[in-house]
Amino acid sequence: MAIYLDYAASEPINPEVLATFTEALQSAGNPSSTHSFGQASRMMLEEAREQIALAVGCDRSEVIFTAGGTESNNLAIKGLFWKRRGENPARNIIVSTYTEHHAVIDPIEWLEAHEGAELAWIPVSEEGVVDLAWLENFLAARGSEVALVSLMWANNEVGVINDIKAVTALASKHGIPVHSDAIAAFGHVPINFKASGLSAMSISAHKVGGPIGVGALILGRAATLTPLTHGGGQERSMRSGTMNAAGAKAFAHAATLAIADMTRHNDHTRALVDRLRDGIESSIAGARFSRGSQPGMTHNAHYTFEGLKSDGLLFLLDQAEIAVSAGSACQAGVDRPSHVLLAMGRSEEEANSCLRISVGLQTTDADIERFLQVLPTAVAAARSANPT
Amino acid sequence: MKVLAAMSGGVDSAVAAARAVEAGHEVVGVHLALSRMPGTLRTGSRGCCTIEDSMDAQRAANILGIPYYVWDFSEKFKEEVVDDFIAEYEAGRTPNPCMRCNERIKFAALLEKALALGFDAVCTGHYATILTGDDGELELHRSNAYAKDQSYVLGVLTTKELKHAYFPIGASASKDDIRAEASARGLAVANKPDSYDICFIPEGDTQDWLNDKLGEKEGEIVDRSGNVLGQHTGAHGFTIGQRKGLNIGRPAADGKPRFVLEIRPKTNQVVVGSHAALAVTELAGSRFTWCGSEPKDATTWFEADVQVRAHADAVPCLAAVVDGEIVMKLRDPLMGVAPGQTAVLYVGTRVLGQATIDRTVSALSVEAETIGA
Repeated sequence: MAIYLDYAASEPINPEVLATFTEALQSAGNPSSTHSFGQASRMMLEEAREQIALAVGCDRSEVIFTAGGTESNNLAIKGLFWKRRGENPARNIIVSTYTEHHAVIDPIEWLEAHEGAELAWIPVSEEGVVDLAWLENFLAARGSEVALVSLMWANNEVGVINDIKAVTALASKHGIPVHSDAIAAFGHVPINFKASGLSAMSISAHKVGGPIGVGALILGRAATLTPLTHGGGQERSMRSGTMNAAGAKAFAHAATLAIADMTRHNDHTRALVDRLRDGIESSIAGARFSRGSQPGMTHNAHYTFEGLKSDGLLFLLDQAEIAVSAGSACQAGVDRPSHVLLAMGRSEEEANSCLRISVGLQTTDADIERFLQVLPTAVAAARSANPT
Repeated sequence: MKVLAAMSGGVDSAVAAARAVEAGHEVVGVHLALSRMPGTLRTGSRGCCTIEDSMDAQRAANILGIPYYVWDFSEKFKEEVVDDFIAEYEAGRTPNPCMRCNERIKFAALLEKALALGFDAVCTGHYATILTGDDGELELHRSNAYAKDQSYVLGVLTTKELKHAYFPIGASASKDDIRAEASARGLAVANKPDSYDICFIPEGDTQDWLNDKLGEKEGEIVDRSGNVLGQHTGAHGFTIGQRKGLNIGRPAADGKPRFVLEIRPKTNQVVVGSHAALAVTELAGSRFTWCGSEPKDATTWFEADVQVRAHADAVPCLAAVVDGEIVMKLRDPLMGVAPGQTAVLYVGTRVLGQATIDRTVSALSVEAETIGA
């Protein structure tokens, strides 16, 4: 039986959530219809909204359902940029880091190419930590020109956790809204939207055991943005389109379970990852834990292995029925050098030699032992397949 | 055996993989990503480097029920094939990038990686046959489907590489058969158009692409005696045998058209002359390899056939290794052969080896041409 160690790519759907989802899919009715069917659907959607609000610590009206994390990020970044620059043309700068997910980097670079936005990338350390002093200086010098800051809550590849409160504290001095891609972090680290000082935050269902194709943008009451889609005016007029009530219900259930189980989840995954790290670091030379000693998500272990290319290692592990990844894969399924590691100042060779192992509540000690049994041979073979 | 099926997304490699599966081998499909910035959809007659091609390969692998991976060889491909292509043109030669890809990527980098990862063979959809010779050594032969025969581009394979090469459709009678077989197997690529163009050159416009890479560099157009006849804006824009677009004002003394005979990169000169001077009687190259076992005494002249293009007939010659160079004396002259092209030697249907042509000898001496003028 194959072993799944790629929870960070997509967490297997929770069986309870699956039951909720399939049942919800059987109900008819457009949530915007006024008849009894529509009202039943609307009730399902609004209950889900309240549960999500509870899970992230925001008002119910601050939850905007979307079709996933990428849409949430696009909506927040383009929407905030257009709104803020529309109010004051001098605000043309977007501040972010190059360790973000492509769903953040690409909309930002699109705004540069098509809208003339100026970009400022905050430097990060070799262990993935954002340079807050640089940000403070930059904002002091050019804060009045900044449309928004976007900084992920936790990194999806290397797992390092950012100090979001410190960032919002710096930005608020200049009245700058901050968006955070919390897709990787949600369900794995404590998040309270209200206390965070954020204006907008993206989350996604399938990273917490919900279905793929559902997400949300948490948008503070005080924040407004220019919508990307126009139509029926649903979701505060920020996201037109018939609402996916069944998906929202499944997301809400998954999120509620993830928050309720967070301590148990983190204790379990911390123990697994500790064992994993002991095993890797004691048996394989040239293995480097990517975030070093920085605080990170308990379920994530990201390594580089000297002298190999990830594709060979992933192939051998897949042949041994172990599913892991190198980070994020592009649409052609090719493992490119990790832009996250490159942004952390690592060489192209290092950025090509990544392995991300991510675990969850269903992962067992036996899974980890099996992985540790297979890994040294696979690393040796992958190294021999990569002559220098 | 454990077989790595290189799957381009085309019909040939898909059927080759299918036959490997049917033969009972343990097959894994691998698509080579050769471009850093692959296009989304296939355009023109290029057949392997877009995401659509990768998806076609994946769908074929799904139908065959084999695992499928994409391996990134884009860096290596750029260094070994694309950069080499540009450098060869810059050096006044006309390279064959498909051959170079077989030599450096498919049957080198990919094969080495495959062997290190536990495979026994690399399977491709080439039309060529591997046979065991009388001496028990492996030999590469032409495909039965002569019109589709690809033994020319495989001429770079060495004995070691032949041992691990597997061409399941190599003995097929025709491409139509392969398409019919693909259709019968439910492979959606059955009717995918053939690819002809160089995969890394968008729109198939080599000159335009080279201009972009090499830029304009003015030089002289001269005759074989060194008389300056005109100017050009980049020697890479000319190919041996080219007649049109020379922009030479003065007609030749004999009134006959002139052709590009030679490109001299050191002086950035393009040499033109009569059609008769285009004919070459001798080819020679110092970069050569044997395919399978080599002749017992290659320094003694032996009879063979030589082919200088992928889609040309082989012509009879006498060949021998002379002072570290393989020299091929042609029985009948060949028109317009350019240095950089590959000469593949055949004995009957067997591929004996190959050489990159460094120099050619014209059928018409400079003196004879001058007198003629």
